[in-house]
Amino acid sequence: MTTFGLPEALFILRAAGWTLVLTSVAFILGGLIGGVFAIMRLSQVAALRRFAAGYILVIQSIPVLMVLFMSYYGLSAMGVELPPFLAAAASLSIYVSAYLAEIWRGSIQSVPFQQWEASASLALTRGQQYRYIILPQAIRISLPPTVGFLVQLVKNTSIVSVVGFVELSRAGQLVNNATFQPFQIFTLVALIYFAICFPLSRLSRHLEQVMNASRPH
Amino acid sequence: MSLQFESVLAETDIILDGIMLTIGLSASAIVLGLIFAVLLVALRTLAGRWAGIAVDCYVELMRNTPFLVQLFMIFFGLPLVGIRMSGTQAALLAMTLNLAAYATEIIRAGVDSIHKSQLEAGLSLALSKRQVFQYVVLQPAFARVWPALSSQFVLMMLASSICSFISVQELSGAAAIIEQRTFRSFETYIIVTVIYLLLALSLKVFLLWLGQRLFAPVSGLARVDVKAEAA
Repeated sequence: MTTFGLPEALFILRAAGWTLVLTSVAFILGGLIGGVFAIMRLSQVAALRRFAAGYILVIQSIPVLMVLFMSYYGLSAMGVELPPFLAAAASLSIYVSAYLAEIWRGSIQSVPFQQWEASASLALTRGQQYRYIILPQAIRISLPPTVGFLVQLVKNTSIVSVVGFVELSRAGQLVNNATFQPFQIFTLVALIYFAICFPLSRLSRHLEQVMNASRPH
Repeated sequence: MSLQFESVLAETDIILDGIMLTIGLSASAIVLGLIFAVLLVALRTLAGRWAGIAVDCYVELMRNTPFLVQLFMIFFGLPLVGIRMSGTQAALLAMTLNLAAYATEIIRAGVDSIHKSQLEAGLSLALSKRQVFQYVVLQPAFARVWPALSSQFVLMMLASSICSFISVQELSGAAAIIEQRTFRSFETYIIVTVIYLLLALSLKVFLLWLGQRLFAPVSGLARVDVKAEAA
């Protein structure tokens, strides 16, 4: 039986890098999808609005674990075998998209309605209204809750170990299986998560105070 | 791709047991977590500076580490110091401690939103410190943050699926068993996902109803006051 030493700690640290990679990929992909859904949610076409609202409600009402299993087994039932990293990134992106869509919808809606009216009276198209008038203000409002959600995402990457991807938590489990020193190992794992999440939490709170913007929920 | 649900639906007993355990774990964690959170908020508000700092540290530690790691710490770590518990007990403890931290933060925000003049008014009416905390601070604070608490409860119910990692046979644990028996992974998870969806929506509706029921008297009084003033 091996003991918990420097090589094991380095193994866990390297896996923390994968947690960061996974977080970034899921955040960027999920952000793109979520942005589209946020705009759809506020569309003038009722069908688009309802579809986006339904998507957001369903994804927010099922566990992230189920999103992961559904996309993993759903794709393999259709004959697509994704490598673990892609399966994890894809399902986390779906999860991220629903939450960011809802956060950003709230941010867009909290831009005063007169801004829409004023820009419409200047004969801007809806695209131009978003591009030049609404989004620049909405992005400022959305920053604190978006950074706050990033903390949730970092923590939720911990469950992708079920599809066989080795990130921070999975690395902790593997080392624990070999050495059985759970207190030391999971303390280290928890500290690394804390070192990533705590600054983000503080940043979110700081942005909130600086912008004097209230959270949408 | 052809979906076959028959073999999965034949395992209804396991699914029903899973649903019951998910509901049981979530309900117990919500009640216990809330009680713990109220104690922590009381400690932070009424006790000294160091108690406040200790509560804040607890809240930040729990909120900035994953639930899965907390679960592992409890399930694998506590037996080493002589505390043996089943997977279900470990799950309940982890869920309670996790929810308590989030609820503390939410209720604290509600308590902070109560203006200081309210406390002074309460004390000037010869209410005791405890009565002021209960009726002037806690109750209105709860009414204000109930929507935020409700979404946290739903998130906790959904996060209970993570307890299947330590072989607790709640709904996703049940899914894992059925999957091994029937080899119908996708069908199993379709059914279980739909059940989670129904559970989450029912819980949302229930919490909305409960909030209106619990906090209606407060707003009812407020309405009476306004009317009296108008008259």
